[in-house]
Amino acid sequence: MTSPPAPVDQIREKIGAYTLSESEFRGETTFTVKAESIVECCSLLKNTLGFTYLADVTVVDYLTVKFPRYEVVYLLHRFGENYEENLKIRLKAALEQDNPAIDSVTSVWSGANWLEREAYDMFGITFRGHPDPRRILMPDDYDEFPLRKDFDVRDRESSKRCFERALDEGLE
Amino acid sequence: MGVSSGSLLGGDGFLTTKISAVANWGRKHSLWPMAFGTACCAIEMMGTFSSRFDIARFGAETVRFSPRQADLMIVSGTITYKMASVCRRIYEQMPEPKWVIAMGSCTCGGGPFDSYAVVQGIDEFLPVDVYVGGCPPRPEALIDAVMKIQKKIDNEGPPIV
Repeated sequence: MTSPPAPVDQIREKIGAYTLSESEFRGETTFTVKAESIVECCSLLKNTLGFTYLADVTVVDYLTVKFPRYEVVYLLHRFGENYEENLKIRLKAALEQDNPAIDSVTSVWSGANWLEREAYDMFGITFRGHPDPRRILMPDDYDEFPLRKDFDVRDRESSKRCFERALDEGLE
Repeated sequence: MGVSSGSLLGGDGFLTTKISAVANWGRKHSLWPMAFGTACCAIEMMGTFSSRFDIARFGAETVRFSPRQADLMIVSGTITYKMASVCRRIYEQMPEPKWVIAMGSCTCGGGPFDSYAVVQGIDEFLPVDVYVGGCPPRPEALIDAVMKIQKKIDNEGPPIV
């Protein structure tokens, strides 16, 4: 019995030009792509390969473990008619330590808006071209990126400052 | 209780007492809670308010989500610094006299969340009258806290007129 080409082969072929490496873990494929071409790669995946759902955008901070330091991770989902077309893939884009920035994919999936805001809030990754680049969870005047590995997770000083400032504004 | 009726009055209908005793008697049997629930403790608080545990037996069933009409703030749930300014402002909007119950481990001391965002005990910014430990505390524990508030009200001085 000859099986049709696996959906991953089709994807590999289409986004090969943007891909740096590829790995598979427990049936899920991860493509490491060039950070500068993330928008082209994503719009190709959405418009020709049917990845209509961006499940999450998140970041890994490797600090000293790996170079470059940051990896932005995109979890994509395709709702296919058949079981094997119903597929999850993962895209990773590596970013340098100094002023990490990547193009926003909000032009592809508008649902990326809040996901990228959260990635900015927690890791300080700038998403170029984001329509609303504010913090989403922490106060606007918070001046740390709490999920970075060089941040002490028990450091409440910045939170306290924001709290005091919010109180002062409330009394005015 | 400073006021009692019955055979002592002998049908003549007068009694001697103190103004503070009458005011405290009235206050302690009609606490109006402001339910400031932010997390899972709020579910237990709702259980305490509703029929099985029925905090109405202690006169504290009129839960108002408007601070202007409340005199007992029950803070139940994890309080982050972002929420803390809201919590404090709501406390300040409540008319005097007012009392605060810190319900659950998170409000008492941060609970398991020793992190950048969570207040390590609401007594950092609110005057807490009764602390209720537990994760979450049983409704009986919250009822006990309300009774402790009632005892505390008994010892209040005369009202400021």
